[in-house]
Amino acid sequence: MRRLKSTVRAAVLFTAGTFALSACSAGSTSTETAEADTSSITVALTGEPTNLDFTTTAGAAIPQALMTNVYEGLVKLDQEGEIEPLLAESWEVSDDRTTYTFALQEGATFSNGEAFTAEDVKFSIERVQSDAWASSLKAKMNVVDSVNVLSDTEVEVVLTQPSNAWLFDMATLVGAMFDPSGVDDLANTAIGTGPFSIEAWNRGESIDLAAREDYWGEAPQVETATLRYFADAIATTNALRSGDVDVVYNTQAPELLSSFESDDAFQVLDGTSNGEIVLSMNNEMAPFDDVRVRKAVMHAIDRQAVIDTAWSGYGTMVGAAVPPTDPYYEDLNDVYPYDPDAARALLAEAGMENLDITFTVPTRPYATAVSEIVVSQLAEVGINATIESAEFPAVWLDTVFTQQNYQMSVVLAVESRDFLAMFNNPDYYLGYDNSKIQGLAAEADAADEAGYIEGMQETVRTVTDDAAANVLFLFPNIVVAKAGVDNIPANSVTEALDLTSIGWK
Amino acid sequence: MAIRLLVNVIRFIVTYVVATVLVFLVMRAIPGDPAQVALGVNATPELLEATRREFGTDRPLIVQYFDWVAGLPIGDFGTSYVTRQDISPLVADRVQVSLILVVLAMIVALLIAIPFGTFAAVRHRNPSGILISGLSQVGVALPNFLAGILLVVVFAVGLGWLPANGWTPPGEDPGDFIRRVILPVVALASVQGAILTRYVRSAVLEVMSEDYLRTARAKGLGRMEALARHGLRNAAIPVLTVTSVQLAALIIGAVVIERVFVIPGLGSMLLDAVGNRDLLTVQSVVMVLVSITLIINLVVDVLYTVLDPRIRKKA
Repeated sequence: MRRLKSTVRAAVLFTAGTFALSACSAGSTSTETAEADTSSITVALTGEPTNLDFTTTAGAAIPQALMTNVYEGLVKLDQEGEIEPLLAESWEVSDDRTTYTFALQEGATFSNGEAFTAEDVKFSIERVQSDAWASSLKAKMNVVDSVNVLSDTEVEVVLTQPSNAWLFDMATLVGAMFDPSGVDDLANTAIGTGPFSIEAWNRGESIDLAAREDYWGEAPQVETATLRYFADAIATTNALRSGDVDVVYNTQAPELLSSFESDDAFQVLDGTSNGEIVLSMNNEMAPFDDVRVRKAVMHAIDRQAVIDTAWSGYGTMVGAAVPPTDPYYEDLNDVYPYDPDAARALLAEAGMENLDITFTVPTRPYATAVSEIVVSQLAEVGINATIESAEFPAVWLDTVFTQQNYQMSVVLAVESRDFLAMFNNPDYYLGYDNSKIQGLAAEADAADEAGYIEGMQETVRTVTDDAAANVLFLFPNIVVAKAGVDNIPANSVTEALDLTSIGWK
Repeated sequence: MAIRLLVNVIRFIVTYVVATVLVFLVMRAIPGDPAQVALGVNATPELLEATRREFGTDRPLIVQYFDWVAGLPIGDFGTSYVTRQDISPLVADRVQVSLILVVLAMIVALLIAIPFGTFAAVRHRNPSGILISGLSQVGVALPNFLAGILLVVVFAVGLGWLPANGWTPPGEDPGDFIRRVILPVVALASVQGAILTRYVRSAVLEVMSEDYLRTARAKGLGRMEALARHGLRNAAIPVLTVTSVQLAALIIGAVVIERVFVIPGLGSMLLDAVGNRDLLTVQSVVMVLVSITLIINLVVDVLYTVLDPRIRKKA
């Protein structure tokens, strides 16, 4: 995380506080920060959940609001992406790495008053494997052979084979712990063991989270946290300016940031995320079924220029769909340097000079921003891309994702460690022929830790050599907040917006 | 009179039924599938099939249509498969917000239009009258959302006098309600006011050239007095027609304004529902909008007869 502003916390606090006061009375900017209530915080987000049930409804909004805050898993990821204990106090792994024995926290309860026990672990994991979960993410629990309750606070999970991914996956939403009596209406009531419970959901406006007094762990810094939902990025920054919200999380309008960066009443944080902007090429459809054409596209695009032009310089070049917070990350940016001549040569070799393609662009701010410059860079090497707009999500999911009736598209892939989900599945919309990596990936998952990293790196390199997709850049998690807000979880390494430590300086 | 009312009621029912068919078919014709949206990128063909079955969208269209329409007469819109909630109470909640917005905006618009329009007509050769006429022309050309954005930029972000967006129910905190409702109402009313000013102006101009007004003046009434006693009631008929049409336009304008000001009304509900392919909710919201428009027309038709006895006799 790169802190752009406000480094000396204590000093800034008092100066900013008084500054905000004077600025307010001067009337140049409206900020009501002065008398800010330190027991509550309001976070602005774009995209409200449609319901609260992430076991049947996809999308980042639901786990963003609920994971870690309302629902907890046995383990969680810290801001650097490392696994740390949560509902499991500790765990032991057998020598053959197929049996995990978890010692559970004592005294943890669900928000409906029920105690959290080993039975709930068994119930929750087996529920993922059942038909109750309608999400392809449930495949992450396929490796679990059995869950055995040893005592109220001890549970043993037996895997069919060693898996490096499994414990990590337990820190994601498939590892959320449910109470058997609390799953009747998941779409409207969320009952978890987390530090917050849902106090109110004002549809179309906000979700109010209230800190639970009977929480088993350390109490959060604030008593209430309100997640306010907006239709677009401009509305969020306007609300921040007029004092209605304290934090704008994951803002989608980097062009609006400069005015906040130069204002002491605010702080701008540039956090990392798991989201890759993937310029997809349909590997099964002409002309991108020809690896030379795909490689030409890799060389044709100056990714740094894309970041600078489309996203005001925020974002990180990664070279593959692996963020630096993943254990098997390696810098693959040099595999395809920006080289229009090489691109033209590859196209000539493939007999594809003056190529006409259709570029299906979802109606998202990042996609529109990126598509313009991509089109102009493709034109430089003789690929004439015609932009066709597709309403996101409905139309994009239908034509590109489901029917796979597209040549080129661009989308933000937000799921954590989604490399294999994207490339190790020939039915996926990218259409990558995974025969070369299927064995490699399986071996890597079952190998020891060193073998895992080495195996995954080889898998990633193989896919990159095949130019299966052009990962333009790693999406930044930009946070704009009032200067007085402390401990903002700027790194979005999981799907959760972790509100457990956010507070006021 | 009774026949006229009966004709209107029949027309109401026929229009309503045709609207149900249209909105149902349009929502089925647009690309995108609720099951796909629900499952997103975590979809597999098997899961899609199972979810369609659960949602009931795999049933024949005719079955889905009658399943939905059957509940309409008793105000039961069914349960949304996207939110897993009964639609009727949600719509009832949202419709109040939108109606507050629209009615306030129309009142403000009329308060602008009637005095300014009359003034512009009476002084139609004066610079002041021409100025009002010109300003109203600018207002007519201004889209609602642009007026909204400009107001936010100036009064919320720039001057910091009012909140940029958000909504507080009037019952919860009347002061905050007023602070938050001012900008969206002004955004809606300024454009509507401009449109209505032009109609009031031309209606009054026309009345002013009528013989009965000249007669009234010849009897010794002043210009304003003659206009007030004989003119305004006659000018009210075309103005009422336009107001009713504009009320429907205002409801549509509110859809956009609710988006700009993040107001949880019918409009933002409609846009969210379309985005999520929440077909039942879209159909229900559209039918509520259709009903409101039809009821306005019905009421206006009755009002005509009150305002102008000649219409009563004709029927």
